[in-house]
Amino acid sequence: MQGVAVKAQLMDASDLDRTIARMARQILEYCDTDRSDMMVLVGIQTRGVFLAQRLKAKIRAFEGLELPIGVLDATLYRDDFRQRSKTRKIGLTQIPFDLSERDVVLVDDVINTGRTVRAAMDALMDLGRPSIIRLLIMIDREHREVPIRADIVGRKVPTIPGEEVRVRLREIDARDGVWLVQRSE
Amino acid sequence: MDPAAPLTSLKHRHLLGLSTYSAPEIGLILETAREFREVLERPIRQVPTLRGYTVANLFFEPSTRTRLSFELAEKRLSAESVSFTRSGSSLTKGESLRDTARNIEAMKVDLAVIRHTSPGAAHFLTRCIEARVINAGDGAHEHPTQALLDLLTMSEHFPSFEDLRVSIIGDIAHSRVARSNIFGLTTLGASVTLCAPPTLLPVRVEELGVRTTSHLEEALDGCDVAMALRIQRERFGASLLPSLREYAIRFGLRMRHLREHPDMIVMHPGPINRGVEVDHDVADHERAVILDQVTNGVAVRMAVLYLLATGSA
Repeated sequence: MQGVAVKAQLMDASDLDRTIARMARQILEYCDTDRSDMMVLVGIQTRGVFLAQRLKAKIRAFEGLELPIGVLDATLYRDDFRQRSKTRKIGLTQIPFDLSERDVVLVDDVINTGRTVRAAMDALMDLGRPSIIRLLIMIDREHREVPIRADIVGRKVPTIPGEEVRVRLREIDARDGVWLVQRSE
Repeated sequence: MDPAAPLTSLKHRHLLGLSTYSAPEIGLILETAREFREVLERPIRQVPTLRGYTVANLFFEPSTRTRLSFELAEKRLSAESVSFTRSGSSLTKGESLRDTARNIEAMKVDLAVIRHTSPGAAHFLTRCIEARVINAGDGAHEHPTQALLDLLTMSEHFPSFEDLRVSIIGDIAHSRVARSNIFGLTTLGASVTLCAPPTLLPVRVEELGVRTTSHLEEALDGCDVAMALRIQRERFGASLLPSLREYAIRFGLRMRHLREHPDMIVMHPGPINRGVEVDHDVADHERAVILDQVTNGVAVRMAVLYLLATGSA
């Protein structure tokens, strides 16, 4: 991990897998049997997308249910362009189904201020009118700047200033796990 | 840093031309524009990205489609925009470019889009104002957003610019579209052939790394993209070209050419003189991607506005 010092490993690959399995069961609890065809997963770029794929695989293994997956990039809805000195790269958005009347589970790896989720919800609302949006987050750092809470949380990790959390997934990062890191100034 | 590594932000503050833009920078604009293409397909074709940013469109030279394309791109990004056109403004009342620019600066704009008859006008503007400047055409110098939309359109049909063969046909000497395309295409590794009557080929243009010919058949041989340029009627009779009819016969793209080159696509920056640069049937053919170019124009301009507005350079 570049530019940061690792302080602690919070989860290893098997912890991560166990938590994903538990969260998949929680999604199924929200899933009405008569509306199961309306449920969809939407992953927020980048790691939210891979988490959504893993949740989908677990749900398939548990219940034989195939949930459609959408990919959402919230960059264009962010509110911090004037605050940042560097351009944010715009990622792919691909929602291959009509969102209206859907039960959406929005998936991301880390929540802190909640601003990314705010942007993602605005983006989602512009793409259609889901009947409900639920939020699933792997790590909740708990420093909210907007009134948003997650419905399904992997683990709560209240960080102190300078600390960050890195969720790493082997689909893009070569290994699985969650680390607490110190930003080097 | 690896020079071939993908960029996330532009190294330039302005877009004055493609002659100074590197392959990764052009690549970043095209990649960003592809994501904006997707925005243009959404039920709500607008994103709040540049809310609170102000763009001034300064059109010192008449333009309809480029101005509309920029205005639409600004609206799709939720930027505030004001447009100055030549008629009905102080531009016709003798005000200098510098004074107009200073007035605009005083209005606190973030970006300025400028079209002007003089080469270098956009460059001059960067020395008068703090705003980021986008060149929307300066004389016969450059028209970078047109070339970028052309590159985006080509990339939708061909996997790579390496080994891509592009022939630009028409009034090369007076064409800023040709110049910007030459810079962009050669930077990305494509090979470019220019095809025009000798009177409309600039001298020593080969030094830009392009091939020239005055025979259409030679230009189309092995070519992937045939880009016809608009012939301006005022060139005829001005001793550069004998007649419209002769030009159409020697340089016009016809159905015969599409049949002889079954993988070739046809492009045109518009507006088309049907029956002159391209035949009627060619303009409406499925391999004429002229309307895709127009759609891509909005996406490319959104990408340029986004990258310049949020960049740190």
